[in-house]
Amino acid sequence: MSLITTLARMEAVREGRAQPLTTVRHRHLSERPLAFVPLTTAGEAGAPLGAMVGTDRDAPRLLIVAQPRDRDLRFAFLAELAEEIQPYLDSYADGIELEERKETDPETGKKVPVQVELCEDAPQLLVPSAAGVAFVRLLGRSMRFRRTAEQDPETPFPAPARVPLLGRWLTHYGERSRVPGSCLLLSLTELLSRHWATGQSNLEDQHLGSLLAWVDPPEGVSGAEAALRAESERDAHGQLRCPPAGPATDPAFDNKLLAPAMSRYDAARAEASQGVAGGEARLRLAEEELRRLLASQLRPTWDALWRGVDLLRSLPEGARVTDRWRRDRWSYTGHRDRVRAGEPPQPKRDDAVTAAQKLAARETAQAQLDAHEALDDPLVMAGRRLAGEAFAGEVIDVEMAWSDAKVPRPRPLVTVRTEDRPHLAERVKLHRVVADGKAQSGEFAGFADMDGPEGADESGESDESGGAGGADASDDTGASGAEYGPGGAARALVVRLTGGMGRGKQPEPGTVPEKGDRVCWTLFEHAPRGGPELPDPESTPWTHGGPPDAAAPAQGPEPDPMTEEDYL
Amino acid sequence: MIGADPAAAAAHTGRARAGEPFDPSAAAARATEAILRDTLHGADRGVVVDSPPGAGKSTLVVRAARELAAAGRPLMVVAQTNAQVDDLVDRLATADPDLPVGRLHSSDPHPYDPVLDGHAAVRASAKIADLAGLDIVVSTAAKWAHIKNVEPWRHAIVDEAYQMRSDALLAVAGLFERALFVGDPGQLDPFSVVGADQWAGLSYDPSASAVTTLLAHNPRLPQHRLPVSWRLPASAAPLVSAAFYPYTPFRSGTGHGERRLSFGVASDGTGPDRVLDEAAASGWGLLELPARRTPRTDPEAVAAVAQVVRRLLDRGAVAVSERSEEPLPVAADRIAVGTAHRDQAAAVRAALTGLGVSGVTVDTANRLQGREFDVTVVLHPLSGRPDATAFHLETGRLCVLTSRHRQACVVVCRAGVTELLDEHPSTEPVQLGVTVKFPDGWEANHAVLAHLAEHRVAWRP
Repeated sequence: MSLITTLARMEAVREGRAQPLTTVRHRHLSERPLAFVPLTTAGEAGAPLGAMVGTDRDAPRLLIVAQPRDRDLRFAFLAELAEEIQPYLDSYADGIELEERKETDPETGKKVPVQVELCEDAPQLLVPSAAGVAFVRLLGRSMRFRRTAEQDPETPFPAPARVPLLGRWLTHYGERSRVPGSCLLLSLTELLSRHWATGQSNLEDQHLGSLLAWVDPPEGVSGAEAALRAESERDAHGQLRCPPAGPATDPAFDNKLLAPAMSRYDAARAEASQGVAGGEARLRLAEEELRRLLASQLRPTWDALWRGVDLLRSLPEGARVTDRWRRDRWSYTGHRDRVRAGEPPQPKRDDAVTAAQKLAARETAQAQLDAHEALDDPLVMAGRRLAGEAFAGEVIDVEMAWSDAKVPRPRPLVTVRTEDRPHLAERVKLHRVVADGKAQSGEFAGFADMDGPEGADESGESDESGGAGGADASDDTGASGAEYGPGGAARALVVRLTGGMGRGKQPEPGTVPEKGDRVCWTLFEHAPRGGPELPDPESTPWTHGGPPDAAAPAQGPEPDPMTEEDYL
Repeated sequence: MIGADPAAAAAHTGRARAGEPFDPSAAAARATEAILRDTLHGADRGVVVDSPPGAGKSTLVVRAARELAAAGRPLMVVAQTNAQVDDLVDRLATADPDLPVGRLHSSDPHPYDPVLDGHAAVRASAKIADLAGLDIVVSTAAKWAHIKNVEPWRHAIVDEAYQMRSDALLAVAGLFERALFVGDPGQLDPFSVVGADQWAGLSYDPSASAVTTLLAHNPRLPQHRLPVSWRLPASAAPLVSAAFYPYTPFRSGTGHGERRLSFGVASDGTGPDRVLDEAAASGWGLLELPARRTPRTDPEAVAAVAQVVRRLLDRGAVAVSERSEEPLPVAADRIAVGTAHRDQAAAVRAALTGLGVSGVTVDTANRLQGREFDVTVVLHPLSGRPDATAFHLETGRLCVLTSRHRQACVVVCRAGVTELLDEHPSTEPVQLGVTVKFPDGWEANHAVLAHLAEHRVAWRP
């Protein structure tokens, strides 16, 4: 946890409500997101119990599995879920714009421009918590390898239409959500805790109810008190007033309410199947009761999710969010194309090359996200400055200079007065944004005297006086005071501009800061590059097991043999 | 360089038979011969060499590269950082000034150490075509990964292979047919800034170390290890070996008494002076500050570290070693301060500047890997912390910090770390298919602390 986050959390404790970590919203929020609040059955991994789903906050669709151990009912639930989600996912597939992209021509080997489709917008899934994201992945894995009767007439237990397709989409969304900064599938707890710091631990922040209690406490109640209520207040029957955001349910609910209702359902079902008089009616009643029970657990979370969306919408969107959302649109379009091309479902496991590519892409995305957030938001940048990764200050001197090359290039020396304490060493690369949004590069050229900025390279001496100038560097508090203290003495740093000044001998107007300008330099790149190209999977080297065996089924090893327990 | 106390030295590895004197030079030479035999004449595509701290890994790499070149087999060398590449090229050129060595570098300004320009046979270029035909071409894994469409080299040496990530090896492995992988398994594991749990347990987990993946797919490759640490003194090798390499013990190349640290100025009785005396006498010193939970840049601990360094210089430390007849002064460039975090290093630098000290290396464990000093002062990674996270417990971090010295190591720490360890057992999830690393950080930290407790100087600044 960064220093500024720790500080914000301490302030949140003192103020009794969450403190902002950002001044803008750093994630895209769709105009029409699809909210999905799933519940799972205790004790049986991957057995859905029910869900609320829909794009209209006032009219959620409630789906339940009255008896989760019954595979037929489970499939019926998944089929209904597909009927709800798949049309939403498909509704974005046809609104497209044309983009030009360079592709390698297979015949000539040359890069040629081609027109490709890019969907204008993409569907966005919102779930309450990180556990919900994991559940989406789990659903995707359990659904995508199923076969429908249409795909394979021989399959012994055909899945309803659309179920395998939804499984592929949920898998894609679950996988995409692992890319830092991606917004196709988001959880409200992660969204809210990115933008606000509460006075509780990270673990406690995963409870949507208590997180909202901190961010937006009821009138006259402190965040801590409201969070405690949200977490543990129970009614006269011992039920939580704010049910957990799932997918796991509260054990008290399971034992006292759900299990008896399910037993009644089972009994009624047995009667109905034996043709006992009134059995059908009792079965409908029992199912209705289960629906009511599950709705009582889902609806508070559903409402909390939308309340969170409202809170996030109150923040203006960061300037670079659209850029990143564009990549999500590419991701959506790419998967749409793969589905349309009839490609098989995603394999169970990535091969060596795919895994390495994904990891590299995510690392690049993380670096870009960190840079974007800092550049979009002075509060985030303040955190980076406090961590020694950036500095801001006023330009107190500019001295023109040129490189020694045959064609001299401008290398002006800009002296910046700052109270920040960046982790600088000689020739450390620096970056800043210039007026037109482009990045300008520079390098650290040393410390300058505060009185006369001529002696740019007297780094050793000035450094020493700077350090000692902070509250007595030799006493107990000195070391940290010199590093971070607000009273840390200002120093003058000299930056040599190395780029972003045009092509001529003279820098283009407006590209060199002037005396009195406020500038902010970062030690991190603004548009970090991706990693190198990796070999094709067919040329996986011997160190990594060689090429994947083409003969082996793409789905990995054979599944475990069925046992009697599988047919309970 | 025969151990002064062979019986004691032999006892801790348990390998030499009683009464048979251990000859470190002979043991190291035997290991090197076996490695070179497998590299030059073996049938396997890979050879793996585990090297404990200061066991002559660089010397081995230089020797293997020269022998391969001399046998008419041009090779590529993969190192992990530009500093390592420059150092290696410098060593190669120094060992054999006529050897044609290529330094493949990036197209950034100032891409390599200008020292290399002083070697006539070294050619530096950002383009591989410029270096075609040279006996040896050296570069970083990151740069090699961008080389495409070249005839593969028949041989490669991969240096610091345990710090190389599996995906980095994937990107370069197509460039060579066979390779010698050299590295220190006890140092810091490679890491990723994003989660990689989804691949945990796969043989080619891209976030694992290159050697892990290599051996998972090629379990029969010959594996060697260098048995002698020439850097660590006789006082340090047993502890580092037992705490971090319990199944692959090594020994020091020098015996007790061959290295000595002494001071021209007597102790003034303060904590820093007393801990320096303890470290000079025993090779280890623990300066223990009162228990307290502190921010990472604990001002008292940082000041204590700086004070120890200041006194070390003020008291005119001199070191006796096998390298010279005369005692040599321990100057600032022979001293390092090691920390876990960059902000701690920055705080220590500021504190040292405040005391008028310059020229001392202050860095994090990651950046001290592979480096060597006479005396090191370590700010314990768990000092003053309320919790013991996987980062702070990492075995490699403590191993790097406690194995950089030739003479003595002083650890500065707040009391209470033992209790902290007991309250925070490792809670990392167990992943199917992942070999459990042993010793874990918890065990290694306890082992080191138990030893340091015997050299403890409690001090209230």
